[in-house]
Amino acid sequence: MFAFIVQRLLQAIVVMLSVAFVSFALFQFVGDPINNMVGQDATEEQRQMLRERLGLDQPWPLQFVSFVGNIARGEFGMSYRVGIPVGQLIADRLPATIELVLVSALLALAIGVPMGVYTGLNRNSWLSRLFLTVSLIGISLPTFVIGILLILIFGVWLQWLPTFGRAGVVDLGWWTTSFLTVDGWRSLIMPSITLALFQLTLIMRLVRAEMLEVLRTDYIKFARARGLKSRAVHFGHALKNTLVPVITITGLQIGSLLAFSIITETVFQWPGMGLLILQAIQFVDIPVMSSYLVLIAFLFVVINLVVDLLYFLVDPRLRIETSGGGAH
Amino acid sequence: MAETNRPLLEVRNLRVDFPTRRGTLVAVDDVSFEIREGEVLGVVGESGAGKSLTGSAIIGLLEPPGRIAGGEVHLAGRRIDHLPPEQLRRIRGKEIGMVFQDPLTSLNPLYKVGRQLVETLMTHTDLDEPAAREKAISLLAEVGIPSPEVRIDQYPHQFSGGMRQRVVIALALCVNPKLIIADEPTTALDVSIQAQIIGLLKRLCQEHGAAVMLITHDMGVIAETADRVAVMYAGRLAEIGEVREVIQKARHPYTHGLMGSIPMIGQEAEELKQIEGSMPRLTEIPNGCAFHPRCPQSQDRCRQDRPELRSQGTSQVACWLFDQADAGARSSTQPATPLEETG
Amino acid sequence: MKAEEEVLEVDSGTLARTWDRIGRFLDSDIYYSFRQSPVTIFAFLVTLTLFLAAALAPWVAPHQTLDVKTLDLMNAFLPPAWEPDSDPQFLLGTDDQGRDIFSAIMFGLQISLGVGFASVVVSAVFGTLLGLLSGYVGGRLDSFIMRVADIQLTFPAILIALLIDGIVGSLLPKAAYNELKLYVLVLAIAASQWVNFARTVRGSTLVEKNKEYVQAARVIGVHPFWIMLRHVLPNVTGPVLVIATLSLALAILTEATLSFLGVGVPVTSPSLGTLIRIGQQYLFSGEWWMTIFPSLALVILVLAVNLLGDWLRDALNPKLR
Repeated sequence: MFAFIVQRLLQAIVVMLSVAFVSFALFQFVGDPINNMVGQDATEEQRQMLRERLGLDQPWPLQFVSFVGNIARGEFGMSYRVGIPVGQLIADRLPATIELVLVSALLALAIGVPMGVYTGLNRNSWLSRLFLTVSLIGISLPTFVIGILLILIFGVWLQWLPTFGRAGVVDLGWWTTSFLTVDGWRSLIMPSITLALFQLTLIMRLVRAEMLEVLRTDYIKFARARGLKSRAVHFGHALKNTLVPVITITGLQIGSLLAFSIITETVFQWPGMGLLILQAIQFVDIPVMSSYLVLIAFLFVVINLVVDLLYFLVDPRLRIETSGGGAH
Repeated sequence: MAETNRPLLEVRNLRVDFPTRRGTLVAVDDVSFEIREGEVLGVVGESGAGKSLTGSAIIGLLEPPGRIAGGEVHLAGRRIDHLPPEQLRRIRGKEIGMVFQDPLTSLNPLYKVGRQLVETLMTHTDLDEPAAREKAISLLAEVGIPSPEVRIDQYPHQFSGGMRQRVVIALALCVNPKLIIADEPTTALDVSIQAQIIGLLKRLCQEHGAAVMLITHDMGVIAETADRVAVMYAGRLAEIGEVREVIQKARHPYTHGLMGSIPMIGQEAEELKQIEGSMPRLTEIPNGCAFHPRCPQSQDRCRQDRPELRSQGTSQVACWLFDQADAGARSSTQPATPLEETG
Repeated sequence: MKAEEEVLEVDSGTLARTWDRIGRFLDSDIYYSFRQSPVTIFAFLVTLTLFLAAALAPWVAPHQTLDVKTLDLMNAFLPPAWEPDSDPQFLLGTDDQGRDIFSAIMFGLQISLGVGFASVVVSAVFGTLLGLLSGYVGGRLDSFIMRVADIQLTFPAILIALLIDGIVGSLLPKAAYNELKLYVLVLAIAASQWVNFARTVRGSTLVEKNKEYVQAARVIGVHPFWIMLRHVLPNVTGPVLVIATLSLALAILTEATLSFLGVGVPVTSPSLGTLIRIGQQYLFSGEWWMTIFPSLALVILVLAVNLLGDWLRDALNPKLR
């Protein structure tokens, strides 16, 4: 187990370094950073001074080392577009995205897993068929279309919910939250449903497929042959065995939620990371782009590590090495 | 063998079929047999002959779309094939235990061995958890697992294949069922362990007074273990009778062929015989006797009419070769009226 | 005359073979399960209709919306034909430029399907070759390719496509980028999808690799790689087809999403996503048709392709049902 974790950590570091290299390369090869920082009428002397101060005259491996060092200290440079340190920009935007993703993930899991279990167990009931049909539509509905439909129905026609922005935010100093006010929750409803819906249907379908797979195994047949109650067979033996793949899926889904939050945030003008990166891409704001890249990679690596560790909790085959030496 | 009025298990005209797009496939066709208390009935046949499906049908675990399309199953005088699922569940494990082919996949990998025993014991008995655990340890000891107090808290992957099959046998026997259905219990094991496991199964069932339906394709195992043997071919019973009788005086040409394929010590160095051709697929079972295309002694009649089981000596055979010899015994094996319900 | 006879003769030969093939197809389980599922037949017909609408758009669309000269601002913001104050020649209404929404959807389908197909073909070819290489060569190359695949699988397709698009966009000069945008888009989407193909093909390659004919090929002096290519490909046709169908749905969605975000296809060739983005700005002022109808077309297209993919997967692998 120890070796496994070390191996995973090493892999994570390699991933992080290669992502850092890509974002470093962005800096190196896209335009002249100096041009982006000083005005058109700066003298060549000023430019040279700035270049030396920033260490841009050193060979690139050295620059890369200091780039990684800066990232590790949370210094990502200045945004070309708004002239604010990227670290601060991200710190301002991160809570909005994290809260949105968190609520959506909980929604998707809390509804998707039970629906998946139900449809797996009752394959031919009309409710299962309904769920499956709806889920197929759900998978085919792009996130932004869901958002637009919700806005049109609940925002424009019924006028029940706010259609954009993050209202009722309470500033805790180190964090901004919408969880503490009614307005905050009201503006969170539509974005989080929009973001959750696609993942929900995906989770449901995957849990169902996994459940069907497990229900076909010999040990389930043997558990039935021993006369165990269906509840014990389904929710004990079967569900626990579907858990391993479900954990993976959930990990991946949280990753996708981060990605899809870009779309949701665009539709609802939600002031999070997604909106930030989209604007950065449109304005070729390299520091923001490269920091986003590094940050996202970091989040993914962390999620994957957590998933790997959860495996150990669930599956004894990984935790305990096989003895098998018990002769016959 | 205890003699009672009624046999422990009676299977009457059992028919299992699978509705498919190309019509209904009959996988078990009009099969009747009985098992007396404490008796070991061997069921042999090639794979696909319907042996395992017969076992699954008895215990009520046919995989859809397979279904019991006809016939009756009686356990200790009580008809069980049409029971509602919850009542059938109470019978499974408690009155009929089952041992499957592959011990590597029969145990839930995420549960400790002890937990699987304890939950089975607690489902069917009034034991509380500590008592069930005690019983589980003694069961593990009984099936020959060394240091059971330690092993009970281990996971299946920490056991070898043979050890796992012992655990599976302990699980099947743990609440003293009257009948064990063992479906190819040794096929997936090393040859060196097979004999041990069969020996263990036979001894334990004797000690617990359980009858055994031993499904296998291995005539050798049958010859050593079973009291009676049923030979299946293409979903039908070809011959059923006392083991000695069937082995020494195989009457059905198919049984004859099967016997010819076992090597025997002390026999003349004759060539091992094999049956020409292969068993038909369920989609193309021929008319008349299903065996006739491969039968060296087939007649015109075999191609048109299907032979019923008829008594022949102490055995029963479904073959036209024995029609003229003994036609009178027919009524005793095929009751004209259905059995009354007593359960 | 003689030449014609010869042609006829050849034809009868191929005709018989074709008939034979059609006969076998009609008897196959696939066709049976197709016929048994009205939903699938419906999805197939819908997909076919949308494909035809896209392919024939220049000839059958009521208005040439790609040609700016035909637009008339007098026709802007007209509602669908069944609403009051509408113009019957614009069935689904018009947009802010006076573009006919119905025709714009047909041309938008063309772009969406074109980009979708192109990226699926690119990712299928690359994925298959990489999978074959990975399985055949094994060792370090294999673990490298599969590691990359593992890592990439954890990143969602949209993110990858978005970042590739963003990075390429910032590397290329503006003018060149606008010209190449469509190709960049195809490559970005393809790059996010090759993994599924590679994994499947690798698995099948590993199975084939140890078979005797591969050894035999070496003996008779043929490079085993080419032999394997010919043996592995038929084995993976089914799974690859399923993945390709589901990938097509995903690729269309990804393209639409990128275009909706404003980083996809150039504005000069608006896809469904672009139409939805333009229309979204007028959602609040009540001109809902500008965004709802393109959305509907997109959803119907993706749903139909998904239904076909789902069905194909189940039909080729009955155990999975």
